[in-house]
Order: sequence, then structure tokens, then C-alpha cells
Amino acid sequence: MLYNSMDKIAVKVDDLTVAYNYKPVLWDIDLEIPEGVLMAIVGPNGAGKSTLIKAILGILKPIAGSVTIYDKSYEKQRRLVAYVPQKGSVDWDFPTTALDVVMMGTYGSLGWIKRPGQKEKKAALEALEKVGMLAFKSRQISQLSGGQQQRIFLARALVQNASIYFMDEPFQGVDATTEIAIINILKELRKAGKTVIVVHHDLQTVPEYFDWVTFLNVKKIATGPVKDIFNDDNLTKTYGINYKVSIQE
Amino acid sequence: MDITEYIQLVFTDYTLRTITLGTAVLGAATGMLGSFAVLRKQSLLGDAISHAALPGIAIAFLITGAKDTNTLLIGALVSGLIGTFWIRGIVTKTHLKSDTALGLILSLFFGFGMLLLTFIQKQPNANQAGLDKYLFGQAATLVESDVWLMAIVTGICLIVMLTFWKEFKILLFDADYTKTLGFNTKTIDILITSFIVLAIVLGLQTVGVVLMSAMLLAPAAAARQWTNSLAMMVFLAALFGAFSGVFGTAISATQNNLSTGPVIVLVASVFVVFSFVFSPSRGLLFKQIRFIKNRRDLELHKTLAFMHHIAETHEDISHPHAIKLLNNFQGYTRSTLQKLVEKDYVELKGNMWSLTKIGFETAANLYTKQVTENE
Repeated sequence: MLYNSMDKIAVKVDDLTVAYNYKPVLWDIDLEIPEGVLMAIVGPNGAGKSTLIKAILGILKPIAGSVTIYDKSYEKQRRLVAYVPQKGSVDWDFPTTALDVVMMGTYGSLGWIKRPGQKEKKAALEALEKVGMLAFKSRQISQLSGGQQQRIFLARALVQNASIYFMDEPFQGVDATTEIAIINILKELRKAGKTVIVVHHDLQTVPEYFDWVTFLNVKKIATGPVKDIFNDDNLTKTYGINYKVSIQE
Repeated sequence: MDITEYIQLVFTDYTLRTITLGTAVLGAATGMLGSFAVLRKQSLLGDAISHAALPGIAIAFLITGAKDTNTLLIGALVSGLIGTFWIRGIVTKTHLKSDTALGLILSLFFGFGMLLLTFIQKQPNANQAGLDKYLFGQAATLVESDVWLMAIVTGICLIVMLTFWKEFKILLFDADYTKTLGFNTKTIDILITSFIVLAIVLGLQTVGVVLMSAMLLAPAAAARQWTNSLAMMVFLAALFGAFSGVFGTAISATQNNLSTGPVIVLVASVFVVFSFVFSPSRGLLFKQIRFIKNRRDLELHKTLAFMHHIAETHEDISHPHAIKLLNNFQGYTRSTLQKLVEKDYVELKGNMWSLTKIGFETAANLYTKQVTENE
């Protein structure tokens, strides 16, 4: 398959532990994500999938552990990383347009104070075209459908031109057309040598969409190539005994 | 007094000019900053901060024994800031939600402030009277230096806002994402909040502790109705705020002894009500008009579709049919028929109707067309 540079590790997580109050949400996670994979993070509700991404990106403070991106600390490598949050995490009634939201992807490379100019606008328009939303660039974001909002978030991350993409449930609440459009973009990213990490819910599509998978349920259950480890054994370990029964019915 | 006389008076009368300018500048500043508070869903923050400022005023008086406005406002600023950071602390360190934290700090500080005020009244100090005017404000006490202070703070606030516009905007929309881009969200947050506190403290003398939050929220809520652009919203909020100040002052100056603060707040509320009803895109009036229009269009479509259904069974699409046929059909009225004739979809001859070619095609494509439009 496509992960030919497997010796290179894009993201390395060591002993990561996150707790809300007393209850650990993630327990002692060790994870190595090779460069160039398209990886799904799967696990039941409350397994800490979103928390893992947020802790890696420094949005949440872990109580222990460290994260390195290409062997350097995340803080130094921020420019290499892009994030697509859950669609529901923002207020879509915010007074702004689709193009404006995508432009926000350029703010990181601009740094403090500097305003986006023609170059940034061009990049944003290109990203909008890539996700098939160019016609909606001036649309107020509350007037977009759920799938369109998701595409806008994706475009915002694409503008960052990163090497590693973290996406929190990009397929949540989108129709079949949008899902195919999004997965095609993700596959294109992989083709370009990017590493893509996706919190994913639909187990049926894992073998079709992804080449790498991490099973998570507070602890890391397994991680590796889909063809090797995506099996009943790991699914049962992650989702509990009932899982296997329900899928056979 | 008529309007021209009043306008002349604004330019010639020192007190009236000072108050007008002061309330206008204040309204602009609070409107501008209020937009940020509203968009962050921190509408109640202003209320908590203004109430939290009261004990600061009382303590500043107790320490200095003087009623110098600036000293008292510094006291207000300090206790307002303390209240704000306690709220932040409660939200981040405990399970309590922000509305609980706001309510808690508001009543705690206000209660303490009232306690101190009653304590001060019992002191044998000739200076004590009038501290309670900070409860509802008294615009008449504004002097030129107060207006200068307001103008300078507003100016600084404007410069900071324009400088960090991009950072403010992205933080308001998506704080987590802002963090991943490498911005220190805490710094931006503290910057915004500090300016909100500053604007509120400046308004205490004019509008008072109890009503101050309306100055923050009303112009912003009104402005949101008219635009889908953040820059426009902030600009309109500043404009509405300034006008509330000017109109409020005018009303209270011309009607004897009406307290300025409450009048300004009421004028601002008029802006809100007007905006809620008459805004073209979000207003209740146009929403209702659009609703009625849509329903009429749909009735028209239904009648046309029914006619199409009948016409389909004939080889000649323009074969005439009796109007009586339509009588049993829901949605059919004389006026819908008349509208269809006006649009050239239908021809009438005596008691008979027939579909035109355009009408037939429109009817056939009625629903398929809508589907493609949606995509």
C-alpha cells in the first residue's frame, strides 16, 4: 500500500494520560503514527477519541505524557499540523461568510496582527474550490447545510497546507455525496504524502476508507494496518462482548 | 422647546454639551465592546461586572474620604476586575457553569457593596451623600474631564480592536482552533474582557450599576439584526449606542427631571425592538411576510399542478376545461386563478380554462426544478 516511508514517524505520543477531575479519560497512551497513513481512531462513546486529538493538539492539558511531531515538540512543529474540529463545536450563526471562515486557516502562518492579503485570499478560494464550495463563498455560514459547513471546515484546514491533519468526526451528519467528496479529498492528501488522522464512528467503512487504525477505549487497545488488526478480536476488546453478537445479527 | 432650539442649546450650553458628548462616546464604546460580549454568549458578564464594581466605589470612598470621580472609578475598576477573574476562576476550577458563577459573583459583590453604602451613610462625614447615585447614575455630574477620559479610553480601545481584529474575530468564532494555530487565547481573552470592564466602569457615573449591562447588550443585539458581517455589526452597535446616548440625553433634558441613565437605556431598547421587528432578513415582520408569500406561492403551485394533472390526460394540452372542475380542489380560489392568468400560465374563456404551453411546462417542471435548485 501507500505507506512506503514507514520508517518515518509523523506523530509520537508517550504515556499520555488525561483526566477530568478524578476520572481518567485517557490512560497511559503510547502511539506511533507513521508518515503518510490515513488512520481512523475508533472506539465507543466516551472512549476518549476526541480527547486524544485535543490533548495531542494542546487544546486540553494532559496530566502526564508528551507528544512529538517529527521528533520535535508539538509547540515547535505547529505549522505542520492542521485541525478540523467537530462541526457542532462552534456557533454557526456567527456573523461571517464561508470565505472568511476558510481564510482563518491562514491566520496561523500570518501570526499576530498581520492581516490576510491577496495571497491568502487566493489560497482560500483554491481550498473552497477543492471542496466544491466555491459557489458559496459569500454565503452567510448559518445558511449552509450541515454537509456544506463540514466542507468549509475541511477547506479551512486545507488552507493551512500542513503535513499532518487531525479531524474530529468529519463524516458526522453529512449525506452520502458529501461523505464521498470528503473521503476523496482525504485520499488525495494521503497520495500527496500527508498523514491524516480521523476520529471515525462508522465501523463498516473502516476497511474501505482507511489503511491504518487505532482502537481506543480509555486505553489504547491496538494500532496498526487495517488489514492486519481490524478483526473481531480487537473489535470485541474495544466495544465489549456484545459487539460481535450485534454485528452478526 | 423645538428641535432647532435644542440643537443650538447643545452647542452653546456647557452642561448639555458635556452630557451629550459623554453619553454619545460612552454609547459608542459600550456598543462596540458589547458586540464581542454578545457573540461570546457572555451577555450576563456585563451585568456581573457592573454590580461587582459597587463595593470598589464604596471602599475607595472609605479609604480616601473624598468623592473624587476618578478615585471612585479606579476603585470600581479594581473590584470589577476582581469579580471578573473570580468568575473565570469559578468556571475553570469548579463544576459550576458560567451562569451560576455570574449570578453568584453579581449578588455577592452587590450585596457587599450595598452593605458598605449603608455603613457609609451612618458615618459622621458631610461628604457621604450622593454615593448612591452610582446605583442608577447621574449624567448631570459629568464634567469635561470625564468626557476626555471616556474619549481617550474609547480611542485606545478602538486602536487595540483594529490592531487585533483578526485575533478577536477568530477567538470569538472558534477558540479551540485558535489555540491550535499558535495564538495565546488567554491573552486575547483577557484583552477583550479588560476592555469590557473598562467600558462598564466608565459608564457607572452616567448610567449606574443596575442598568449598565443594557448599554452593553442592547446596541449589539439590535445591530446583529441588520447585518451578517462582524465589522458591520460592531460599527452599527457603536452607532446605535451613540445615538441612544444623544437621544436619551435630549429626551431627559427637554422633559423636566427625567433621569438620563434610564432614558438612554429605554432609547437603546427602542432600537432593539425596532430591529427585531423591521430588520429585512431577521425581523419578525418580514419573516411573517415571507411566510405568507411562500404559502400563497405554494397554493398557486398546487392549483397549477392540479390543472396539469387534468390537462395531461388530453392530447391537446390546451384543451379547455370547466372552472367548476376546480371547485372541489383545496387551494383553489378565484384570485389564484386570476394570478395564473396574469402569469400567462392559463387562458380563460367564459367558464372554461385551458393551460398555455408555458403553463404546462412550468407545471411539469415544478418539483424537479426545485430539487436541482437545492443542490
